[in-house]
Amino acid sequence: MAGVRLLAGTRKGAFILSSNEGRKRWDVAGPYFSGWEIYHVNGSPVNPDRLYASQSSGWFGQHLQRSDDGGQTWKPVGNEFVYDGIPGTHQWFDGTRRPWEFKRVWHLQPSLLDTDEVYAGVEDAALFKSTDGGVTWIELSGLRMNDTGPQWQPGAGGMCLHTIMLDPNDPGQIFVAISAAGVFRSNDNGSSWKPINRGLVSNYIPDPTAEIGHCVHKLAMHKSRPEVLFMQKHWDVMRSDDCGDNWYEISGNLPTDFGFAIDVHAHEPDTVYVIPIKSDAEHFVDGCLQVFRSRSGGNEWEPLKKGLPQRNCYVNVLRDAMAVDSLESCGIYFGTSGGQVYASRDSGDSWEAIVHDLPAVLSVEVQTLP
Amino acid sequence: MIRVRLPDHLCTLAGAEHEVEIAIDGKPTLKTVLDALEMRFPALKGALRDPLTAQRRPFVRFFACGEDLSHKSNDLALPMAVINGNEPFLVIAAIAGG
Repeated sequence: MAGVRLLAGTRKGAFILSSNEGRKRWDVAGPYFSGWEIYHVNGSPVNPDRLYASQSSGWFGQHLQRSDDGGQTWKPVGNEFVYDGIPGTHQWFDGTRRPWEFKRVWHLQPSLLDTDEVYAGVEDAALFKSTDGGVTWIELSGLRMNDTGPQWQPGAGGMCLHTIMLDPNDPGQIFVAISAAGVFRSNDNGSSWKPINRGLVSNYIPDPTAEIGHCVHKLAMHKSRPEVLFMQKHWDVMRSDDCGDNWYEISGNLPTDFGFAIDVHAHEPDTVYVIPIKSDAEHFVDGCLQVFRSRSGGNEWEPLKKGLPQRNCYVNVLRDAMAVDSLESCGIYFGTSGGQVYASRDSGDSWEAIVHDLPAVLSVEVQTLP
Repeated sequence: MIRVRLPDHLCTLAGAEHEVEIAIDGKPTLKTVLDALEMRFPALKGALRDPLTAQRRPFVRFFACGEDLSHKSNDLALPMAVINGNEPFLVIAAIAGG
């Protein structure tokens, strides 16, 4: 029987929330790696029992965990992330030079084709790849050694590579996003990269239309139409129809276009979801928690609030904390800084909390199980 | 055998008890006890020392017989009471919270 499995990373461990196709009753398992920060847990599209988890701590550094049985058991794999060559320097907040220094893994993206292939986006920003199930890691250094690399600088959360998107139609095409550098694309399996930020306007940097320096928060695409990309930027919701070569704004009638998360409906390539917040300082909107949905690929947005708290609610949803399943009636999920995980089994029309009181949620992924 | 006491988080990571016993080939020093600990519990590699530089992590300290060994030479011999198992080698993590 079909079902879904949510993989939630939190400030104090990982949780796995499972349900059948009805998505009315949920089993909650965890915490796994109790007490550790789990930035991201993600499953292989090839083998859904293969999971990877990024486990870290300010005390004890970065660790990687792997499960081969859908999260019932885990084993540590490799945690040596060595920058290729002499890492060089990037910009610090004040424009001074800082050496590249590995801090943590933000995002794990398993290959669409091979169970043992997985990508890791790390801070300080770089892309690593493993071809042995996470045991060893090699940097795809063409990204960091791109001409613009020395100009990259951190956002407040750190200089992190937080988004990795693999083109399902073209295995050589990879998109990544870095805060606060922007979006980059490779068309040769990650060997070489170019910045693709034309059309982005960021009024909080000295040159608002610079080639790099934009604080891109998250990208999304629909697998049937990978040339169309959606972006939640620091401010502005953006769209590209040409694999990122050109971007245009689709914020339209959103009450505010600041936010972190963005995702696309599993069966409707023009149905997009964002969760706006007031600003980089006020991570909420007037005490109401609302998801906004566009069914026209942007510009026209409708608030979705049935079942979501509409008073005294001041939680935030981080960039990796929204996901969609691919059941016939598409499920939408997001986790909050207040420890709730909300689910909609009707494309966002109505919502209910699966859990109310987890630690602050850092990431949510969903696996649709056969 | 050398008795090593671990903080909670590292017990979780390694799947180990709070006190573990480590056998060491050769001279028991700070370096050899940490090497042996990582050999016995591979999950700890990178947790006490940076996996690349082998530098002690800033929020981790090492004590034995009431003495702070954190800043001593890696090749310093451990106290005899630790070597003969009468006293534990302590891995101490910085206190969380305030």
